[in-house]
Amino acid sequence: MSELTELGLAEARDGLRAKKFSAREMTQAHIVSVAAARSLNAYLCETPEQALAMAAESDARLARGEARPLEGLPLAIKDLFCTENVPTTAGSRILEGFKPPYESTVTANLWRDGAVMLGKTNLDEFAMGSSNITSAYGQVENPWRRRGDNRPLVPGGSSGGSAAAVAARTALAATGTDTGGSIRQPASFCGIVGLKPTYGRCSRWGIVAFASSLDQAGPMTRSVRDAAVMLKSMSGHDPKDSTSAPVPVPDFEAALTGDIRGLKVGIPREYRIDGMPAEIEALWQRGIGWLKSAGAVPVEVSLKMTKYALPAYYIIAPAEASSNLARYDGVRFGLRVQGDSLDAMYEATRAQGFGAEVRRRILIGTYVLSAGYYDAYYLKAQRVRTLIARDFDEAFKSCDVLLTPTAPSAAFAIGEKSDDPIAMYLNDVFTVTVNLAGLPGISVPAGLSSDGLPLGLQVIGRAFDEETVLRAGEVIERAAQFTAKPQFIAGSA
Amino acid sequence: MSLIKGETGDWEVVIGLEVHAQVISNAKLFSGAATAFGAEPNTQVSLVDAAFPGMLPVINKHCVEQAVKTGLGIDAQINLVSVFDRKNYFYADLPPGYQISQYTRPIVGKGKLAIDLADGSTREIAITRLHLEQDAGKSLHDQHPSQTYVDLNRAGVALMEIVSEPDLRSAEEAGAYLKKLRSILRYLGTCDGNMEEGSMRCDCNVSVRKSGDPLGTRCEIKNVNSIRFVMQAIEHEARRQIAVIEEGGTIRQETRLFDSGRGVTRPMRSKEEAHDYRYFPDPDLLPLELDAEWVAALKRDLPELPDAKKARFATQYKLSSYDADVLVDEQANAEYFEAVAKGRDAKLACNWVTGDLFGALNKLGLDIARSPVKAGDLGALLDLIADNTISGRIAKDVFAEMLASGKSAASIVDEKGLRQVTDIGAIEQAIDAVLAKETGKIAEYRAGKDKLFGFFVGQVMKATQGKANPGLVNELLKKKLSG
Repeated sequence: MSELTELGLAEARDGLRAKKFSAREMTQAHIVSVAAARSLNAYLCETPEQALAMAAESDARLARGEARPLEGLPLAIKDLFCTENVPTTAGSRILEGFKPPYESTVTANLWRDGAVMLGKTNLDEFAMGSSNITSAYGQVENPWRRRGDNRPLVPGGSSGGSAAAVAARTALAATGTDTGGSIRQPASFCGIVGLKPTYGRCSRWGIVAFASSLDQAGPMTRSVRDAAVMLKSMSGHDPKDSTSAPVPVPDFEAALTGDIRGLKVGIPREYRIDGMPAEIEALWQRGIGWLKSAGAVPVEVSLKMTKYALPAYYIIAPAEASSNLARYDGVRFGLRVQGDSLDAMYEATRAQGFGAEVRRRILIGTYVLSAGYYDAYYLKAQRVRTLIARDFDEAFKSCDVLLTPTAPSAAFAIGEKSDDPIAMYLNDVFTVTVNLAGLPGISVPAGLSSDGLPLGLQVIGRAFDEETVLRAGEVIERAAQFTAKPQFIAGSA
Repeated sequence: MSLIKGETGDWEVVIGLEVHAQVISNAKLFSGAATAFGAEPNTQVSLVDAAFPGMLPVINKHCVEQAVKTGLGIDAQINLVSVFDRKNYFYADLPPGYQISQYTRPIVGKGKLAIDLADGSTREIAITRLHLEQDAGKSLHDQHPSQTYVDLNRAGVALMEIVSEPDLRSAEEAGAYLKKLRSILRYLGTCDGNMEEGSMRCDCNVSVRKSGDPLGTRCEIKNVNSIRFVMQAIEHEARRQIAVIEEGGTIRQETRLFDSGRGVTRPMRSKEEAHDYRYFPDPDLLPLELDAEWVAALKRDLPELPDAKKARFATQYKLSSYDADVLVDEQANAEYFEAVAKGRDAKLACNWVTGDLFGALNKLGLDIARSPVKAGDLGALLDLIADNTISGRIAKDVFAEMLASGKSAASIVDEKGLRQVTDIGAIEQAIDAVLAKETGKIAEYRAGKDKLFGFFVGQVMKATQGKANPGLVNELLKKKLSG
């Protein structure tokens, strides 16, 4: 373990500018920790040479006093972002060996701002999963362990590699993507901060698509401030993505005033679900108390359609996925398994290339879009989606943000839920509504479970009001004083 | 209405056409890749067209403008909000596994088009809709014994699918519909209409019924690539269906292909084998919203279209319906004609353009844009006729020379000394010389053999190498012979 890898993104930025250490030292420390943490399987691809080259450029710029916003800061990139000439797999066999000849807009923005790429992180295959066990390249281990129990735990998913990498101090921060909770839930499981921005805040161009109307990139960091810093670089209108919003990018870091006096915090009564552990309910109440102490006003709100959110999500997301994944056909890139005919080639390629969960979702999606079923499933789910968005509109008439738990449980052991897809889908119960409504949401580590695992609280805000979300999130962060560290820290034996 | 005679009586043919018209645009519908015809395979393909992971479509505004113009040109409702949908199916030349099209909410709604029939009548055909969609690439099956090659140059190119109501009643009407539609598209500059290059293709829905019966089961003939083939395919398909029904069979709804070599249609796939396209709104694209003002401005700037031009030609130039049709069919022809007719005898201009010029171009295999004789040159030739510098007869020779040499009419007339003789003394001299030699014929003429007058005219013209003004020759000859 190096002191440099313990720093936050904002601290490291300030230290580099103050010449307390060089970008090369910062990068080298992380390259060492990435290598030391290989047992977690958080990285699918390490790019140390590229990292050192980028760090050298950063040192030159720092020396010239021309530091860019993320100058010399080593990051991990979820392997769903296409990175030029660097293998990009989406956690799938079907993209094995694929090296994109282009760079995603979000990662290009990060490099434009001086960040350093350490490598690509593991994920559920095509971002479909809540535990990282659907990756074709092996599961990721959560760096946390239950107290008195040495069984490996899942890091959550789908951005599990990114969450584990940041929690284990193998990167200052990482990118994630969130379609139904894939940033916030692993952040909660790994004790870090995860922010899903408003749909349209970050460009989707160059991110392997799962469900286009829900996918959104966001930062995964060890503090709310770091999330604010990183989000600023990731954001911005992109003419190459028609769904990217032509709105200005605020200085998110400046929004962290700590002042939430008079802020109305909605507590959605429908989020008190059956079977939720008492300690999560207790954590939630503690969170309400912290915000109240800081001058905020809790108000009870109703999100009536909540119980329909999960079924609607598990129709819409697979429907879009079934179409988005049709391009993986063995014709132009990635895996091809020969067959006697075009159809035989398709069948062999896709049967070998896709894992069980991806195949399951393609089948569900194909079914719900089929003639005779479209109205009953897809169209109805879209109507539910509209009503969910209306629920939030209504709620935001009487409050400024919502506070909820991030997930209904702490991290579970590898294998604990994998035989029951429905139980697995329930992980997303508090997060999917936010994707369906296109809103920003942040998960902030707020406490530990009785067996010592991190638990997160989620703050949800109005569309394009990440500033208030971050401000409230930071107040929770301060109040929670979450200083616990995972059992596994890279390089500390 | 033309009916087809069967064994059991007369049959009515019911036809609806779906035309795929490639939008004239330098770039594709959702990517910046080029669209030129005939490029080397896979040289005009962007990462979007090849559907690489994470690539996203961005609508090309020019293509939208072209579709709206076309909608306005067929007098159709323009939908200010339309939606792009994905039509999902697997094929090697369809990289994303779906075609972006418009299903429930097309950009253009109901319109109409008047077709001109051989008997001079016109009939209005209703158009159901026009929507924008992407073309697929091309599978090349003849490059390798066991493998198929794929050329993606065409993948993503913008198409307008223009769907007619089942209002057409004969192969002739279908042909007239396609000619008129092609003419409008060319006037608007929204599609070049070149069916042989595939930039306009036609699917024909054909059914037959006894007059007054409900519609019969239809078959769709896919991708017919010339107007002549469309007419042949419909004719054959109608007769095939009649024969099947009259032999006691029933028509299965199916998709068929036209074999132009044998002039027959044959089955491609039945309704049961039809794809389930699983249409749904493309989540990568927002609904397409048009500004009413922008549409109004496009409408104001529309060019004069064939029907309006034809009506104007009939009143302004007093042309027959037939002549007007011939001239307005292609905008360039109409422009050429108007340039020649301006300030001149319009009927004469029409005869020269549709007769001499079109005949010559046809022989040379040139279109009017590449005519060796430009409109101004032809006009100058007509001026020489009008001011009696040359006769109409000599003008034909001068025109032939203009085509061959590219020289102006005036210089040809000068060089070859073709200037018409209008000097009465000179003509009288020639007449006298002829008459002096033909005393016998004069007597016959005067005895009542009127037909000999033409002989005398001929002799005088011969003596003047055709340069004598024919009117003067007639006039003076008459005087001399009667005197």
